[in-house]
Amino acid sequence: MSSVPASAFLALALILFCIGLYGALTKRNTVIVLISIELMLNAVNINLVTFSKYGLSPSIDGQIFALFAMAVAAAEAAVGLAILMALYRNKKTVHIDEMNEMKH
Amino acid sequence: MVNLTKLYAVGGQITRIVHEWCLTPIDTHLKRGFDKMENAWLIPLFPLLSFLLLLLIGKRLKEASAYVGILMTLASLVFSILVLLERFSEPTYLYRFDWLTIGEMHLTAGFEVNQLNALMLFIVSLVSFLVHTYSKGYMHGDERFHVFYAYLGLFTFAMLGLVISPNILQTYIFWELVGLGSFLLIGFYYYKEEAKAAAKKAFIMTRIGDVGLLIGMILLFWQTNSFEYSEIFKAVEAGAISNTMITLTAILIFIGAIGKSGQFPLHTWLPDAMEGPTPVSALIHAATMVAAGVYLVAALFPLFLASKTALMTVAVIGGFTAIFAASIGLVQTDIKRVLAYSTVSQLGYMMLALGSAGYVAGVFHLMTHAFFKALLFLAAGSVIHAVHTQNIEEMGGLWKKLKFTAPLFLIGTLAISGVPGLSGFFSKDEILVAAWEGGHPVLFLLALIAAFMTAFYMFRLFFMVFTGENRGKQTHVHESPSTMTLPMLLLGILAVVAGYVNTPWFGSFLGDWLTDGNPVLGHGHIEGPAWIMAAATIVSLAGILLAYLIYGKRSIAPDWLSGKGDMLHTVLYNKYYIDEFYQMTVVAFVTGFSYLLRFIDVFIVEGIIKGVTGIIQGLGKLGSKMQTGQVQTYGAVAFVGLAVLVVIYALTGGYLR
Repeated sequence: MSSVPASAFLALALILFCIGLYGALTKRNTVIVLISIELMLNAVNINLVTFSKYGLSPSIDGQIFALFAMAVAAAEAAVGLAILMALYRNKKTVHIDEMNEMKH
Repeated sequence: MVNLTKLYAVGGQITRIVHEWCLTPIDTHLKRGFDKMENAWLIPLFPLLSFLLLLLIGKRLKEASAYVGILMTLASLVFSILVLLERFSEPTYLYRFDWLTIGEMHLTAGFEVNQLNALMLFIVSLVSFLVHTYSKGYMHGDERFHVFYAYLGLFTFAMLGLVISPNILQTYIFWELVGLGSFLLIGFYYYKEEAKAAAKKAFIMTRIGDVGLLIGMILLFWQTNSFEYSEIFKAVEAGAISNTMITLTAILIFIGAIGKSGQFPLHTWLPDAMEGPTPVSALIHAATMVAAGVYLVAALFPLFLASKTALMTVAVIGGFTAIFAASIGLVQTDIKRVLAYSTVSQLGYMMLALGSAGYVAGVFHLMTHAFFKALLFLAAGSVIHAVHTQNIEEMGGLWKKLKFTAPLFLIGTLAISGVPGLSGFFSKDEILVAAWEGGHPVLFLLALIAAFMTAFYMFRLFFMVFTGENRGKQTHVHESPSTMTLPMLLLGILAVVAGYVNTPWFGSFLGDWLTDGNPVLGHGHIEGPAWIMAAATIVSLAGILLAYLIYGKRSIAPDWLSGKGDMLHTVLYNKYYIDEFYQMTVVAFVTGFSYLLRFIDVFIVEGIIKGVTGIIQGLGKLGSKMQTGQVQTYGAVAFVGLAVLVVIYALTGGYLR
């Protein structure tokens, strides 16, 4: 395990986050946007775990925090999907660029 | 705040006077015999009351408004007569109270009844009363009948206030008020373009003069620290003001008089003012307001006497205006315009008299002129009322149809022409003597020629209107109602007898009274060579004879000297092109200048404003466009922002230094 350096984990997290960010900012389909957000959350989780292992004071805190984040993310995904369903029923669309009610 | 305090102060003073008067036991009043002069301040208040009443309820009163106006001016007239009678035996009454105190300075307000003021009160309230009565018939059927009477009330108030002012500041306030009254009444037929233009012209041209008066007034205040006539005269007598300053202030004040009295070169508004209703022409533009300029010079006469240059200016302007306006009057065809030019010319006579140190002559002619010119205007109004035209070429042969108006018009014409025995003869004679004795032989000659012209054009008017064949289309001509003829009758009587108060034959009662206690004003009567009276009689009779031969008997063709189309006639008919000259110079210059200012305003000032608003609006639009409602855009922007922050963080090492 120790042969894999921390920078590799961080790089993975960075790549994952960037893919997630790109997806969240560019995709029209709301479901994909949600999935992309999950990706970003996971990138954060990887960071948490990495620093709990290789940080200045390694401890279990980071891993527990990652578990918390996963639980919250699951709940968030459920709520997000529910909102999405409600929106779809109202607007008959899942395209994010048509959901601009907050304009002005 | 200051205004309110002032108002309270004035209100308080008035209340105090009324209160004191009411608290005085009745027997004291009786003992005093109700001191009229002490209460002369009431005289202007009656017409003011009429104005306010008609303003409030005039619409409901309709033509009954006339009675309000007539009654109120009658009250003023009765009071004025009482004051005048009392002034014959009592000394000058002066009442003043502090109106405004600024530091060491006390501005006062009040009223003064001296000889000139008492006489003016009588003239103004009499003519005003008669015009009020006359208008009842003349304005009958007009939609804005009550407004007319309200304006008349306002004007009469202002004019009466003007002639009892004890200081020049108060005079100036009322001076502007009469200007307003004149403006409103000239523009009474405001739906007529000419009337509108004439009203504006009158207001603006007199304002030009008023600026002179204002500057003169301020200079006098600067020199003497007072607006009071008496203080100013004291300072002049004591030599506290330098000679140059006296000349300057006197001429500046005279410029105000030039504007109001229609003297050359500010005379052009007066003939145009004839667009107003004829009673207004009689009241304002013949008898009272235009005489205010003469009154002002007379009221400040000691100031003018102290400067030879100022007196000379007054005399020259007056003499020139007299002959200048008379020559224009020779060829005009509008009945009212002939009278208007005659008014300008006669006012020039008065100025000439004052400028030749003939105080009495000027004031005397002011009085007689007020009577016979008001008569002429009212009679002209009666003619216009009957034939519905003002063009004398469309009249003729009215003598038989207007049995009442015609003889009265003849009386007025005889009086103004200076036929011996009538009022105009005596006052004109006084002026000629004053001009001769004042050492102005050239001006005397001008005045004599002007007298000849006056007699000629007035009789030209008379013969063209009342004799010969009817040249008009109007066949049904009727005499005016008695409300119109009775005032004319009264004025007719006065036009005949008013001269006898000051004659070389029966004593100069008026002159002695006017100069009593004021030796600086000169003698009541200036002795002159007897040939002057003979010369005046001869020229006036010659003028009448010539007019009779041309227009009455028609033995001389009207164009024997210069007919229509000839250069002389054209120049005179177009009033020496003065209006055109002003149009080309002053008006063109001001218009050009205003265009320049308009250019600056539109392109430079407004350009800057538009630039500023444009930038702000652009910024706002940009901000508004950024609010797309697209979550992803917001996210991207937030991300870019974060990235920028991180870059800055990385470059600066964590702190902005």
